[in-house]
Amino acid sequence: MQKLPTWADVVLIPVINLVLAFLVSGLVILYIGENPVQALKVMVNGAMGSTRGWGYTLFFATNFIFTGLAVAVAYHASLFNIGGEGQAALGGLGVALVCLAVDWPVWWLALPFAVIGGAAFGAAWAAIPAWLNAKRGSHIVITTIMFNFIASALMVYLLVNILKAPGMAPESAGFPEGTHLPTAYDVLGLFGIPFNRFAPLNVAFLVALAACWGVWVLIWRTRLGYEIRAYGRSEPAAVYAGISPVRIIMVTMLISGGLAGLMGVNAVMGEAERLTLDAVQGAGFVGIAVALMGRNHPVGVFLAAVLFGALYQGGIELEFEIPAISREMILVIQALVILFTGALDGMVRTPLERLFLSFRKNGAA
Amino acid sequence: MSGAPAIELRGISKAFGPVQANKDISLKVMPGTIHGIIGENGAGKSTLMSILYGFYKADSGQILVNGRETPIPDSQAAIKAGIGMVFQHFKLVENFSVLENVVLGAEEGAFLRPTLGKARKHLTELARDYEMNVNPDAKIEDLSVGHQQRVEILKALYREANILILDEPTGVLTPAEADHLFRILRGLKNEGKTIILITHKLREIMEITDTVSVMRRGQMTDTVKTAETSPQDLAERMVGRKVLLRVDKTPAQPGKTVLEVKGLRVTDSQGVERLKGIDLTVRAGEIVGIAGVAGNGQSELLDVLGGIRHATGSVMLNGAPLSLTGPGSDARARRRAGITHVPEDRHRLGLILDFKAWENTGFGYHDLPKYNSGLMMDNRALREDTAAKMKRFDVRPDDPNLAAKSFSGGNQQKIVLAREIEAGPDLLLIGQPTRGVDIGAIEFIHQQIVQLRDEGKAILLVSVELDEIMSLSDRIAVMFDGRIMGERLPAETNETELGLLMAGMEGRAA
Repeated sequence: MQKLPTWADVVLIPVINLVLAFLVSGLVILYIGENPVQALKVMVNGAMGSTRGWGYTLFFATNFIFTGLAVAVAYHASLFNIGGEGQAALGGLGVALVCLAVDWPVWWLALPFAVIGGAAFGAAWAAIPAWLNAKRGSHIVITTIMFNFIASALMVYLLVNILKAPGMAPESAGFPEGTHLPTAYDVLGLFGIPFNRFAPLNVAFLVALAACWGVWVLIWRTRLGYEIRAYGRSEPAAVYAGISPVRIIMVTMLISGGLAGLMGVNAVMGEAERLTLDAVQGAGFVGIAVALMGRNHPVGVFLAAVLFGALYQGGIELEFEIPAISREMILVIQALVILFTGALDGMVRTPLERLFLSFRKNGAA
Repeated sequence: MSGAPAIELRGISKAFGPVQANKDISLKVMPGTIHGIIGENGAGKSTLMSILYGFYKADSGQILVNGRETPIPDSQAAIKAGIGMVFQHFKLVENFSVLENVVLGAEEGAFLRPTLGKARKHLTELARDYEMNVNPDAKIEDLSVGHQQRVEILKALYREANILILDEPTGVLTPAEADHLFRILRGLKNEGKTIILITHKLREIMEITDTVSVMRRGQMTDTVKTAETSPQDLAERMVGRKVLLRVDKTPAQPGKTVLEVKGLRVTDSQGVERLKGIDLTVRAGEIVGIAGVAGNGQSELLDVLGGIRHATGSVMLNGAPLSLTGPGSDARARRRAGITHVPEDRHRLGLILDFKAWENTGFGYHDLPKYNSGLMMDNRALREDTAAKMKRFDVRPDDPNLAAKSFSGGNQQKIVLAREIEAGPDLLLIGQPTRGVDIGAIEFIHQQIVQLRDEGKAILLVSVELDEIMSLSDRIAVMFDGRIMGERLPAETNETELGLLMAGMEGRAA
């Protein structure tokens, strides 16, 4: 029997968690002598008060959707892939190589190949820890996190020694004109809807939405998804049913790494239009929080990604508007949200379950 | 046997949401007696005991210990009140020693050593007093199930329990181990301890208890003196209708050989040889029962035939060899070849407890064309098929959308059985078909197995319940230490002879 009605599980608990996180953040802001209500206003307004705000919020959200889905898919097979950071970095490399290799005439021709390139490189980076886990029993958490460092070192090497364009910065040459993805300004402009010209939101957002739908179909509708979930719940039972653990681990991690790698389509191809060292910027780790808060469901991942996108964008505005609130303070607020929505989930859940049980009992009696 | 009851329950009620698990239960357990509580799975026995041990809080009612009202909000309070509990699934730390497990949670002071020293002495005394020899330094994982259970009892006694609750204690024991347990329990009773024994096995109730209370659908329906009742009477009180305790079947008419096993050997990951050359045949229209104490290779035999474990030797199915290692030796290949498998441990292997009933019906058969359209699963077909299976196998409640864990043990087993029988096997492997299953369902499950035999299928049955082996099998093979000690026909043998074979006695002579 379900302990909580679905709506309470999916809506009420995250909302309570968020309110708690903001309350504590408010106390912190109060403590450094600033007005928390004012700060909240600046954040909300900065993230969602204008098309520019939305343009950045949804741009960040796109990154987090990809990395969040990556964690969610692996989670269904009981694999904790915390290598999203490295897989996304390599995905960015794949996207960059596709964009630089051919003088693309038009973006819609380049996009599918960039998607393949990003996914293939991300998947390849996840394949090594996956193989070590499937064949040698190495712990996937340890290997994926180690591969983040290796990826980071590899990217430095490549951008300093091989892909570096003339100039000071360790970054690749700019991508050709034909790979520039239309931004929200371009797309919405076609329909006569005004949107901020400089916001980085671009068509990769639609790729992210498609990925959400694809993951939902994969996990809950396909035979492979069934096998992934069965393996995730019980490995011995999966073996009893004739499901090969090696195959599931490999396939799941390839899909997971591929999803993380797709982030490059948004960050590298859509925004920077060149490969830089800081293309991922921690989005791989935020993906863990996003998946956690989104209960590993694509819809939840989407909503959580938008929330974290807003936090990011709002945080940047806050830093700009209220100088007393430093970048570190914003990290504290983001960390509090992760803490309350992820780690302290049970703190809200358990009392709430009791509450609902007593309601139900009174209703029945 | 005078004075206040050791335990008295007054009007205990407990509901989980809309399910009334215990309804106005009153019970008196007299000190120095063994009090049986019998009832089908889901009758509320375990809930009641969990309330007594402080795991659940009753919605209403009182608990009196030795005549004094004693609220038991948690297990600490239960221990303080002198109540000890031995769970069906042991709560031991596998890689700790016996001694460490016994003191776990009862450590004194910041350092372990003084406690351990004291405990060692105390443990030795307890072991001597109650005939429970256990090496205090042995690791739990190295102990047999029977010994692990003794550790659980010692744990309770170490905490000075005067009232001992045992939940289905013999479910995992051999007849000999169960006998030993009963000797221990009698010893404890003679020392003045009070014992509450929860079971669904009538024989145990008759053998050891002084008083027996019957639970049915959350209520305590009867409490009678054991001497004044009979198994048939108790079974009817439990189920609420007449039941058949014997299996009703005609003599087998075996046909051609379906399964032929020769020289089968299995070595486990620790390098221990678990099967030491098994030769066995099963013919069409025949139930071959494997008797034996748990852990003598029966599980490995089922695993190999079911495609879960690698082996060497030869296995022929309908005259064609099966691969025993590498590709083609997995469970999927076995199902394709015509072997289906009701595993011994349905919670670990046979079901995904969090999956819904319909998802479990597809389990192992999820690649069949009828459940698929392209890469997608045809969830509707699967749901409809599940609903039909649930009707035919009388699964209650017959809601395919319910998670497997919400069903009682008997109904879970019926879900597995329906899946594996209706897959239309040539050979059905079935392990512990009625473990943790209530009497009403046992009758049904046995009928299904016999019916499958009558349809001309071959059935290999593994059970540690000798009764079940005796009544269901057409031929009995006894396993001991990875070997088959001998084969007998049920009509030409008895429990004593089988018991000797199970202990490996006659094998050496033969």
